[in-house]
Amino acid sequence: MISAHDISFSYGETLVLSDAALVARSGETVGLIGPNGSGKTTLLRVLHGAIRPETATISLDGTPLREFSGRQLARRIAVVAQENPSEIPMTVADMVLLGRSPLQTSFQRYTAADHRAAAAALRRVGARGLADREFRSLSGGERQRVLIARALAQEADHLLLDEPTNHLDVRYQHEVLGLVRALDLTTVVVLHDLNLAARYCDRLVLLHRGKVVAAGDPGEVLTPEVLEPVYDVAVRRFVELGAVQLVFGPHPDPRSAGVVAR
Amino acid sequence: MTAVEPRTAGADPEPLDDLDHARRRRHVSMWVGGLTAALLVLLPVAVGLGPVAVAPGTVAGIVGHHLVGWPHDPTWSAAEDTIVWLVRVPRVLLGALVGAALAVGGVALQAMVRNVLADPHLLGVTSGASTGAAASILFGVGVGAGTAALTASAFIGALAATAVLFVVARQGGRITAIRLLLAGVTIGYVLSAATSFLIFASDSPEGARAVVFWLLGSLSSAQWPALVSTAPTVVAGLGVLLLMANRLDALAIGDDTARTLGVAPARLRAQALVVVALCVGAVVAVSGAIGFVGLVVPHVARLCVGGAHRRVIPVAALLGALFLLAADVVARTAFAPRELPLGIVTAVVGAPLLLLLVRRLQATP
Repeated sequence: MISAHDISFSYGETLVLSDAALVARSGETVGLIGPNGSGKTTLLRVLHGAIRPETATISLDGTPLREFSGRQLARRIAVVAQENPSEIPMTVADMVLLGRSPLQTSFQRYTAADHRAAAAALRRVGARGLADREFRSLSGGERQRVLIARALAQEADHLLLDEPTNHLDVRYQHEVLGLVRALDLTTVVVLHDLNLAARYCDRLVLLHRGKVVAAGDPGEVLTPEVLEPVYDVAVRRFVELGAVQLVFGPHPDPRSAGVVAR
Repeated sequence: MTAVEPRTAGADPEPLDDLDHARRRRHVSMWVGGLTAALLVLLPVAVGLGPVAVAPGTVAGIVGHHLVGWPHDPTWSAAEDTIVWLVRVPRVLLGALVGAALAVGGVALQAMVRNVLADPHLLGVTSGASTGAAASILFGVGVGAGTAALTASAFIGALAATAVLFVVARQGGRITAIRLLLAGVTIGYVLSAATSFLIFASDSPEGARAVVFWLLGSLSSAQWPALVSTAPTVVAGLGVLLLMANRLDALAIGDDTARTLGVAPARLRAQALVVVALCVGAVVAVSGAIGFVGLVVPHVARLCVGGAHRRVIPVAALLGALFLLAADVVARTAFAPRELPLGIVTAVVGAPLLLLLVRRLQATP
């Protein structure tokens, strides 16, 4: 379980997060949604300790985040973030094995068991066949799945994902999120696509200009009343294929339309 | 390509799949074993080659005589004994150390600044050593102690440059890849200017010539004391970098990723910088500024065994040792009895090799 409260953070003069809060209970998948620049990625970075705002109180199963060393934290929280491939070439197998590195000391080598865990993680995301490819040579979707495999190999009990469905076609969007949800992990996932959020998250946190404007079940958060002022679009809501789904259109209010056109 | 497997994938349909762990290990062992064997063959051959050729059997006899006292009675001349034991053996061993240190220094540095065009010159360490060496040659800093003074002066120059690099790169907090790169390049230029100024100020043509030769690199001053003072630093440094190998993998990917894998990027960069500076400083102080080894060898090593540092570091060390040994043999024999500066040989061999690699890299998307 991750709980985070009183999170305020600025990049220079710009306030990015203002008193944001988020709780992900054990085994739950929490979706972090909001318009561009609403502070989703920054909040995710705060949750895994990449940014440490002074006022924030963040705890992992009741233990404050700052009491964990880097390596201890890596054993508890795995992260799948947007990542540019490095100039230094790395094979997929080595990338995924790297997920095992927090579990060992400097003096240990990767064992056969580590290799088995990496192979299982690659199978899990349907990327076992990519093991000997260069990570740089993969397509966006393949890279995303390999990064998820690395996170799985890490065997942490918390998983944070930043836009894992970026670059994926519709089929893999659903497969990746279905996979993430099926994992028995406490998960926080930043999502752009509200319909994916509706289908695969247990709870949603909606950010707008650094503030949490709504939090709760997808059914409560994903309503026209909540979303229209935040996204400045018209929202219609249906239930299709077993989940709340949304359709968007231009905002009917001409004043707001003017704002968008500007 | 297979699809994402459903929930039941937890049952693991092929529990024995370990990514061909054994095959991967064999592949690496083959490279390390093969290169080690090549090095063991080349070492005595390189000792025998030179302006005065010595037969391999005689080389073995002389080395055996000095190391284990067998064969007890020399069947070779005193001159051969001197050439082999006092001149060539330390020179060849030192060459191997220099090559290994420069190559592994290049590997570590490329991971630290996340740029495959980085090499040990970039740190400013080489330039610092050059300035120190120039001060000693031209103005007799520590004169009277002979070659040792030159070496010490160069080493102190290297360490001073690293200290300045540290201060500049840390300005404004953590050492990031780009800040390290910029600080290294800047300090390199400033110190080159300092070396040029020393040459200008000394007004001694012979001194200037000596500095230029030093800058081009040579193992001609290599003797047992130089080897004894360099070897422990280099061997320990390579060992420490090997222990950092998996963390260097994470660092090479990116600071954010490194952090999520439990690696503190700024701290690791600082630690690796100290180790690399000590190793490179120690070898540059005795051999002069030898270029291209630290740039070319890491690329070749990655082509052999992939990018993971636990494999690249040992393979690069062996390849670097082989490369420099071979280059030194060419330097000694090509224009015998005159000796070609090593830097010329490494550049002539290294540059086309690098161009070839760049073409290959572009061919594969």
